[in-house]
Amino acid sequence: MTASPSLAAFRYGYGLPLSDTAPVTAKAMLAALAGPDAMAARWPVAGYDKVHAIGNVIAKGKQAAKSDAVLQAELTAMSDQLTVMGQDALRASIARCLDAEDGFRERLVAFWADHFTISSGGKEDAITAYAFVEDAIRPHVTGPFHQMLTAVVMHPGMLLYLDQTRSVGPNSRQAKGKGGGGLNENLAREVLELHTLGIGAGYAQDDVRQLAELFTGLTYDARRGFSFDGRRAEPGAETVLGKSYDGKAEAPIRAALEDIARHADTARHIARKLAVHFLSDSPDAGVVDAVAQAWGRTGGDLMAVYAALLDHPAAWVASADKARQPWDFLMASLRALGVRGQDVAGWEQPRLSNMILGPLRAMGQRWKSPPGPDGWPEEIGAWITPQGLAERIDWAMTRPTHLASPLPQPADLAQRALGDRASPALIWAAERAENLVEGVGIVLASPEFNRR
Amino acid sequence: MMNRRGVLRGLGALGCSAAAFPWLTTVTLAAADGGVPLGDHRFVVIILRGAMDGLDVLQPKGEPSLARYRPTLARPDAIDLDGFFALNAGLGQLMPLWQAGELAFVHATSTPYRHKRSHFGGQDLLEAGTGPDVPIEQVRDGWLNRMLQSVPGLRAETAFAVGRQEMRLLRGPAHVMEWAPDTRMDLSPQARLLLEQVYHDDPLFMAAASDAMAMTEPDMMMGEVLETEGATKGVKLGEVDDLASFAAARLREDTRIAAFSLSGWDTHKSQGKGFQRALMRLERVVLRLRSDLGPDVWGKTTLLAMTEFGRTVAENGTAGTDHGTAGAMLMAGGAIRGGKVYGRWPGLEEADLFERRDLMPTSDVRAWAAHALRGMYGFDAGLLQTKVFPGLEMGDDPGLIL
Repeated sequence: MTASPSLAAFRYGYGLPLSDTAPVTAKAMLAALAGPDAMAARWPVAGYDKVHAIGNVIAKGKQAAKSDAVLQAELTAMSDQLTVMGQDALRASIARCLDAEDGFRERLVAFWADHFTISSGGKEDAITAYAFVEDAIRPHVTGPFHQMLTAVVMHPGMLLYLDQTRSVGPNSRQAKGKGGGGLNENLAREVLELHTLGIGAGYAQDDVRQLAELFTGLTYDARRGFSFDGRRAEPGAETVLGKSYDGKAEAPIRAALEDIARHADTARHIARKLAVHFLSDSPDAGVVDAVAQAWGRTGGDLMAVYAALLDHPAAWVASADKARQPWDFLMASLRALGVRGQDVAGWEQPRLSNMILGPLRAMGQRWKSPPGPDGWPEEIGAWITPQGLAERIDWAMTRPTHLASPLPQPADLAQRALGDRASPALIWAAERAENLVEGVGIVLASPEFNRR
Repeated sequence: MMNRRGVLRGLGALGCSAAAFPWLTTVTLAAADGGVPLGDHRFVVIILRGAMDGLDVLQPKGEPSLARYRPTLARPDAIDLDGFFALNAGLGQLMPLWQAGELAFVHATSTPYRHKRSHFGGQDLLEAGTGPDVPIEQVRDGWLNRMLQSVPGLRAETAFAVGRQEMRLLRGPAHVMEWAPDTRMDLSPQARLLLEQVYHDDPLFMAAASDAMAMTEPDMMMGEVLETEGATKGVKLGEVDDLASFAAARLREDTRIAAFSLSGWDTHKSQGKGFQRALMRLERVVLRLRSDLGPDVWGKTTLLAMTEFGRTVAENGTAGTDHGTAGAMLMAGGAIRGGKVYGRWPGLEEADLFERRDLMPTSDVRAWAAHALRGMYGFDAGLLQTKVFPGLEMGDDPGLIL
């Protein structure tokens, strides 16, 4: 498959420029993906074990701290430490996008993090949302899908976000005893509706309820950590999609998730989502079929799924039907301006807010806070709105001067950021700006740079 | 005013003909091709975030127990409305509207939200417009968007969410424009011109940039200077002026629905002070909308200001109030039958209260909104009770709309 480097960089990565050794063909991209995760090693992010270790001490000490000022100060310091971990995680997330040779891995992590959305509810430096991706998504992007699904369903971040921690089997010992409580179907419903089979697929309300009953027992709290709590579990077998699951503790849950992960509706739903995300808001039916078939053939082996996507001719037909989402726009802009992970590692909170977090909010993509469990919209029309574009123009005109010194010549930047995608009209316009600032702004605000 | 002519003038000065830049005409064309969806009536919804204390806005002076519940809050300077209720003096400049029949209230109203008293949960339900029978996490769109989904021939500018606060009541598949009036694009004339060139062959970017440029025109923010209490007492009103003026400018053109938020109502402590500031902002928004819309458009306007829930009947130990249940709604506009307090008053005796602490809800906020929509636009009651506000029972027509 002959590929254009700019197509690979825009469609499957965080943009140009690429290093000479960056993978730009399907074969090279898959080989890089199968290799070690260099960015995770270079820019580490804390996992939930570290979050829990601190949160656990805080939860256990809270009561005593009310009458103990020294302890209170210690707990406050620990809580601040969690905030710093969140800020470090944001810097690492940016650095990975800037330094990655295989941008496809970063884009896949972002795709799956959105597929399995958890929101930090407006707290952009809340470490939980980062730790969730680090534990449950990132290590599994190249594995069988059921492993990612299981890791997600068992992760404290998801258990808290979709209320599993509040769900108690109606006939469980806890519900019958003093603890009380009842079933909460939220996680089970979203697993079927959003994460696997898809809305409108062949399942019924009873499947949701049975799966919710099967999930009872899975819980997390800061004092005791993640556990399967038999006291909360609904007794007896549950039947989901016509198959009965029985047994002790987590085993039947894992078995059910594996079956659901392999289901033909899951294959179809996620094949389409991948094609919509990477290729087009209305993707070629052939590529969706090919990806779904690879899923069916391998039971959801994600490397085979990506190979089916990248090996399809539609994957390399030049088009630019999609918008770079605000995060992608910012990462691509930083790359084009020559900002490296090492630079971002030294950014303090005000600079992170001014360069990244504030602009993301203004552009309609408040970081780590999508509007609901269905994640961010995909359609280009949701992003290229008057408000969204105004904020991109504003960023392009005002921020680069604080990021690159000296500013690049606009025509050089167009070449560097767009390669063969720069239209003569854009270069003509960028060169006619009154000053460098506006010349750079015009390049970054252009349709060529904002479409992918 | 929304002023594309201003942009055209600017281009003319740069020696370009409008024909070379068709992007400037997209909206003008849409406006020229016949009737506007939803007709002449304008509907403005303001979400008062933080739980407005209805009993402080509209003080039931006819209740002997009021002074006992609220020793510091029941102020003597409240302005008598109907012999029973008195208006907080902080909204005093709305009295001419009351007298002209352009201002009304609903007392003791609430969403179906009960017991929990969380701002986020309360606002979610207020904006979702659903009832207790639908799990809130399953509701992905807002009631005003569901209303729009039933309007044929919806246009790009029919509905506007104004400001930086997410307006979930407008979220959903029906197209809604969003704009924060404090958005700035400081571009030189040359940069504007060059961007127009760059977007020229891309209709999506062209349309978005066209609207953005028009809305950041310096002469967008017009409107007479308003002398209100807030301005003289040092309350920053620039932001609310921008919200209201921007909304008014759109409503004078093709926009029929506008929604935005006013925050600052969560008065747990020293309510006297903070509450006055919030009231000044609300008062200012109403006055600014009225003056910027002008008599004709104001005459076709219904404004509803609603909050997630009310506050405790009794003052707390820090001269504030805590989260409660029923509260008040403010209605304004020339399209309403004002000069009236709507709703059934439940009383303040301990047995009359919800959970012995909150004002008892005697009506559903959604029913008032539904009657307003029906009165203005003629929506079918069945549609309002199943699609827009599923599970709502609208009850008898209160005759809100003239």
